[in-house]
Amino acid sequence: MKIIRYDQLQEQLFYERLNNGLDVYILPKKEFNKTYATFTTKYGSVDNYFTPYGKTSMKKVPDGIAHFLEHKLFEKEDGDVFQIFSKQGASANAFTSFTRTAYLFSSTTNVEKNLETLLDFVQEPYFTEQTVEKEKGIIAQEIRMYDDNPDWRLYFGTIESMYHNHPVKIDIAGTVESISHITKDLLYECYATFYHPSNMLLFVTGPVDPLTILEQIRTNQAKKTFRSPTDIERFHYEEPSHVAREKHVIEMNVQTSKCLVGIKAKNVYTKGKEKLKHECAMGLLLDHLFGKSSSHYERLYQQGLIDETFMVDYTEESDFGFGLVGGDTSQPDQLAEEIQRILVQFSDIGDEQVERMKRKKIGSFLRSLNSLEYIANQFTRYAFDQMSLFDVVEALQSLTSDDIKTVARECFVPEQFTVCQVVPKR
Amino acid sequence: MFREEVKTIGGLRLHVIPTKKYKTNTLVLKMKAPLCERDVTMRALIPYVLQNATERHPSMKALRTYLDELYGATLQVDLAKKGENHIITIRMDVANEKFLGTTSPLLREALTLFSDILFRPLTEQGEFSVAIVEQEKRALKQKIQSLFDDKMRYAQHRLIEEMYKGSPYALDVHGKLSDIDIIDAKRLYKHYEHMLKHDEIDLYIVGDVALTDVEHDVVERFPLEARSLCSTETTTLTKRTSVQEVIEKQHVKQGKLHLGYRTNTTYNDADYDALQVWNGIFGGFAHSKLFMNVREKASLAYYAASRIESHQGMMMVMAGIEPSNYERALEIIHAQAEAMRNGQFSDEEIIQTKAVIRNQLLETVDTARGMIEISYHNVIATRQRPLDEWLEAIEKVTYEDIVRIGEKIELDTIYFLTEKEGEKK
Repeated sequence: MKIIRYDQLQEQLFYERLNNGLDVYILPKKEFNKTYATFTTKYGSVDNYFTPYGKTSMKKVPDGIAHFLEHKLFEKEDGDVFQIFSKQGASANAFTSFTRTAYLFSSTTNVEKNLETLLDFVQEPYFTEQTVEKEKGIIAQEIRMYDDNPDWRLYFGTIESMYHNHPVKIDIAGTVESISHITKDLLYECYATFYHPSNMLLFVTGPVDPLTILEQIRTNQAKKTFRSPTDIERFHYEEPSHVAREKHVIEMNVQTSKCLVGIKAKNVYTKGKEKLKHECAMGLLLDHLFGKSSSHYERLYQQGLIDETFMVDYTEESDFGFGLVGGDTSQPDQLAEEIQRILVQFSDIGDEQVERMKRKKIGSFLRSLNSLEYIANQFTRYAFDQMSLFDVVEALQSLTSDDIKTVARECFVPEQFTVCQVVPKR
Repeated sequence: MFREEVKTIGGLRLHVIPTKKYKTNTLVLKMKAPLCERDVTMRALIPYVLQNATERHPSMKALRTYLDELYGATLQVDLAKKGENHIITIRMDVANEKFLGTTSPLLREALTLFSDILFRPLTEQGEFSVAIVEQEKRALKQKIQSLFDDKMRYAQHRLIEEMYKGSPYALDVHGKLSDIDIIDAKRLYKHYEHMLKHDEIDLYIVGDVALTDVEHDVVERFPLEARSLCSTETTTLTKRTSVQEVIEKQHVKQGKLHLGYRTNTTYNDADYDALQVWNGIFGGFAHSKLFMNVREKASLAYYAASRIESHQGMMMVMAGIEPSNYERALEIIHAQAEAMRNGQFSDEEIIQTKAVIRNQLLETVDTARGMIEISYHNVIATRQRPLDEWLEAIEKVTYEDIVRIGEKIELDTIYFLTEKEGEKK
């Protein structure tokens, strides 16, 4: 077991890699009532083309299967895992992202029992043809719900426009059609490939005693047998740096138009400190240009082109990265033009501005450490790409105006911009 | 649990909640007045005008740049409805300097800024800046229109509008579109002055501080005259002779089925705890009857849940379904309500639900916002109850109490937003 101390933040992180390859992290938070635990596999919606465990050739699986599998793991022969958690006073949940599937619970009592339940239900799959069929109705309604949600359509419409080949462009839940091809055998195949402990990470945070918890986890894992770990072979999609389409307009039953400009990043590092620095630089730059304290924000707001929904965001995962800028607007074309002009006209940022933005980002990082959910989820995301959440402050502090200009040169190129709009149906 | 130190300073009630949980300090100001048609739109506009600029930071950019300098302090405003009260919330969150290696007194600086925002907005000739008011009127119009675009929120709003037609609770907290144009800077400023004199105002400070650390700073910066407070009377709905059914058609792929029930029980009532348990068994959680029967067994929906409006005596059921499944979903929902009324729930379901409610309350107070919400219930209600008493009361709820609650719950309105006929999906 290793203890990592963060003196300035007054935090201590306990870490161990178990014999079966599982990474376990425990962050004690004495003042809190609740314990929050996530059990995450490095398997998300982008993993749709890979060599299944025990096979020799690559295989394409139906879109939405990682998310479907997430739903199905909660069902067991003798009923629903939600029932067990609630009897133990816990609330359980799960989510699937582009690159991860996380199972979690939070509870203020029976932490040991709940942790046992979490480890066991994720490691004991139970799928039947009948329950797989039944789930299709539920997920179809989840997909329909998002179909009617203009913000989701805008978000995915933008990503779809950016990518030619990369599966990040496919909706995480798939489509009603694609999920109809999912079978129990396919689920078992994905499970066998991606749910090996060596591809997973367990994070526990709350008022726990780290040594007791770690011992419990070791004992639980020692009772189970796992095959020896193997490398997972995932298909590598070739992706050009320019966007797939420049503009996409979605007509919907809405009263207010929406507009997003997508910025596709090129040369994304796949892992480590370089990646962390790249992500921090892009985040800082976009906030400098479009955040509420920027002169552009003030001007666009005064012109009535944007309102409080205006946002900037930068997402970077394994081998892709994109920025998003936009929100509700009465003039979607004019807003799209303005945003793109601001991006291409950017040439410099002063040292004083860099320092102010760093201050802002460091304060906001501290704020996010108030949330156990944020810590567990983000720590896992960083760890899967060999970075550490607790290195963020250092990465921010090391940024110079040159680093920021470099990312701007690489990403603020018109061929890498796309515009997506949701407009009222005529 | 949490400890709260309260002190009345003129017209301000100061609540300090000392805790070492967080790396930041949170300031939340709540202004409460009765919901009424005449004022609701002006009240919706004022906090957004205030957060634009102050005398000392006379533009959005100047104000927001100063927040960045305070290590990215945040400033947000929002509006809510608690029973028939209109609540304005202004929130700031600022890093605790002990994690930063700086000695600037960030909390005191944030308090000064907060006071500026409340008492020293940017003015021109003794009223709000016309340019800012016009800009915020435009933003408010867009906000009200965008409510229509989020179908879940829209259905919830429409159900309440139909169920409470003619009573203040039917009003949307963002006000009325048709009232925006007639508001001008002068009238708005008059109303702002009125609010500072008459609203019930609570300031919360949550973080690694005690009342004695901040009392002096607050006294200096929040000069509010004492005022007489009156609690809002909730309108009683007249009983309908039959359930009201409202069906609305739009271009949607998923139908939104929302049901409104009168619970005839609010946070003020002794059996409010039994209602919480009732709602938990019925539809509050993933182990509840609605989730198990509408979603897990019949596979009709992704979500099917119920929730109570603590201060209004209302319960709402929500489900997103295939338009063609309206009758079937309704039948299953009715059957679950009927089962509850007939006392068809087990001791196990009661124990399970109490455990989850307890967990939920304890988790709520792990966030600054949650602690404030729990404490603020006692401001809205006439009843004072610390969290440990609340938890105890939940434990004491019996099978009989829950059955008795069921006798008081009446279905009032069914609202269904569905697809236009003859459309292909």
